[in-house]
Amino acid sequence: MFKAIKERLSQGYRTIDFPKSLPVLPDRFRGLPTIDSSKCPDGCKVCAEACPTDAITINGDLKLDLGRCLFCTDCQEACPEGAIAYSTEHRLAVSNRDDLVINGKSGLQLAAAIDEKSRRIFGRSLQLRQVSAGGCNACEADINVLATVVFDLGRFGIHIVASPRHADGLIVTGPVSQNMKLALEKTYAATPAPKFVIAVGACAISGGPFAGHDEQNNGCDSIVPVDMYIPGCPPHPLSILDGILRLLGRSEAK
Amino acid sequence: MPEVTDTEQLRQLANGQAVALADVPYLPLPEFRAVIERRIEAGGQLSALFGVANEESEGLQLYVVVGDASTATLSVATTNVEENYPALTPDIPQAHWFERELAEQWGVVPEGHPWLKPIRFHPSYRAGKDAWGRAVGDTILPCVQPPGTDYFKVRGDEIHEVAVGPVHAGVIEPGHFRFQCHGEHVFTLEIELGYQHRGIERRLIGGPDQRTIHYMETLAGDTSIGHATAYCQAIEALAGVQPPLRAQALRGIALELERLANHTGDLGALAGDVGYLPTLSYCGRLRGDFLNTTAAICGSRFGRGLVRSACVKFDVDESRAKDMAGRVEPALRDVEGAANLLWNSSSVMARFEDTGRVSREWAHELGLVGPAARACGVEVDVRHDFPSGIYRFAQIPMSFVDSGDAFARAFVRWQEIQRSSQFVLEQLRSLPGGAIGTEVGPLQPNALAVSLIEGWRGEICHVAITDNEGKFAHYKVVDPSFHNWIGLAMSLRDQQISDFPLCNKSFNLSYCGHDL
Repeated sequence: MFKAIKERLSQGYRTIDFPKSLPVLPDRFRGLPTIDSSKCPDGCKVCAEACPTDAITINGDLKLDLGRCLFCTDCQEACPEGAIAYSTEHRLAVSNRDDLVINGKSGLQLAAAIDEKSRRIFGRSLQLRQVSAGGCNACEADINVLATVVFDLGRFGIHIVASPRHADGLIVTGPVSQNMKLALEKTYAATPAPKFVIAVGACAISGGPFAGHDEQNNGCDSIVPVDMYIPGCPPHPLSILDGILRLLGRSEAK
Repeated sequence: MPEVTDTEQLRQLANGQAVALADVPYLPLPEFRAVIERRIEAGGQLSALFGVANEESEGLQLYVVVGDASTATLSVATTNVEENYPALTPDIPQAHWFERELAEQWGVVPEGHPWLKPIRFHPSYRAGKDAWGRAVGDTILPCVQPPGTDYFKVRGDEIHEVAVGPVHAGVIEPGHFRFQCHGEHVFTLEIELGYQHRGIERRLIGGPDQRTIHYMETLAGDTSIGHATAYCQAIEALAGVQPPLRAQALRGIALELERLANHTGDLGALAGDVGYLPTLSYCGRLRGDFLNTTAAICGSRFGRGLVRSACVKFDVDESRAKDMAGRVEPALRDVEGAANLLWNSSSVMARFEDTGRVSREWAHELGLVGPAARACGVEVDVRHDFPSGIYRFAQIPMSFVDSGDAFARAFVRWQEIQRSSQFVLEQLRSLPGGAIGTEVGPLQPNALAVSLIEGWRGEICHVAITDNEGKFAHYKVVDPSFHNWIGLAMSLRDQQISDFPLCNKSFNLSYCGHDL
């Protein structure tokens, strides 16, 4: 017992102050890309050709679909003009799928909070059920860390629960493999209404690196209605936490 | 019986070496199986056994890779089978899962296989050929047993069956578990996977292309560095290049950081599964500290974007190396404190010891790999047995325990945490100078390359076969979990059903790495 107490003191207090303040992100962290199409020479398509997931379209105007983006920087590396660069901005959650397509002219339209009535119900207690549906387990891993002492999801009244019957919403990861489609549908049906669905990661939004394969469904929004999209491959835990707090209108980070 | 030497019958390769397809010896099936059997009996490990459609003859070409740790060589051979062939599994149990995969992918029937069932639940790669006689277009649902097969069942008045999954209580991947129980007592556990199947292997054919490396980094997200390194090593073998030593050292650092993060997380999760919360809390944070050290190199906690063919994409200068060492050192101290709480708590040890025991004999017969095998006293470790990259110059002593229980699987991880962090600190102190990358030329056409990496779960095996133009004609991935899921099933025999979470976590296998 004495050893355990001594160790407890030695391990210290580790919970971050987020969202009041932002912890230091790595200098090489790849967050929201910035785009400057004015640098694009006419007819140049090297970035679009380098992209592994066809996230970039050029129709007179360079557009990048964050929902498909793996944040791999293959485009940045291919571009000789420096038209695309990845910033360390971690806030990426949006309410509408179309908002994920950015052209660098206007900023990312971050997700809006739920209405006042819903906030009164869920604002201080939100129970979420996670469904892993065919991804690579990295999104799951970075959702799991939200429950550690570092992020301490519980202090916001948010918990990941063991059954959809206990949940106010689902967090879906993975492109929804054919073999998980029925299980996702059943899990959604088992969740009592009103309910939210949060799609986390490129796979759940667009199929990610597996987009186009017959064995999956290019993300979950053709199967369940999605209320929030959090892009990334995988999104940083802070991006996910920021998204969930934003949904509840509790994001204070500026 | 006359002494037969089979070295001349097999083509021997070093880890990360390529060979012309014409030089891969073709053996008639009886010789093929006899050679494999002798190799495995002599202590060898079946690293890969897979099929490639034979365009000339309607048949299926089988390739085998058997490792021999005593000589650090990998032997390859090929044979041809028609619709049915006598299964290898009765004589070579290590082949059991490989042959189920062969049957499911290609519609061949390994006759005499003791438990021939699908492993991923997808249609056959060859339309019209199905090992279970299903017609083209028949709906295949996960874990719905094909004609002529069923779950393993124990019968009796008081026997009951417990079914769990695919959606589990925690934030984990989907899989289905069937227990045959008498009260709390578990007779057998059968594990059915395939829910994470997303068809990666088939999409690798015709590559490498823009997506290939991203498939590698997402085969199993928690093993991004391991699989990306295995892939790059295969490419380098086919292109005949070596990455500069500095790149090899940085890959080694990243691979060991991946091991540190996952092993630390596992120690915490094991503590959580026996209700010991202090170590759970500490290790949850510490796992993140190791992931963040990887992010200090390349911006991604999982090492995405770091390892590329013949190079690493990010350099670590002196101040960054110092910063990283300054993260690893205190993290190691804190893991030590958290881990020692486990070994000093009788309530924890009472749950860990003697739970989920797998014998050394079973571990070898079934071909377990990685910490799960080393916890049974089986001395296998790619870094030691088939060293490549930086591990040729900087050896990591192999850790093993022989009790084969949940305690052993936890303690091996703790030993490896100590070894890996020493390795990382040493490498950071003495990074070789020079460049971090070199050019990659075209790949050798009509060749086969074998690449092994010791990922944190164990042996990762990639086999690349190129066509006339140096593009992938076939690409085989064997994740360590492919070997080890059966180990978890065996560990539950004659245990309490409440031991399942603990046993499961002590293996902590990958669903997506298996399902591909």
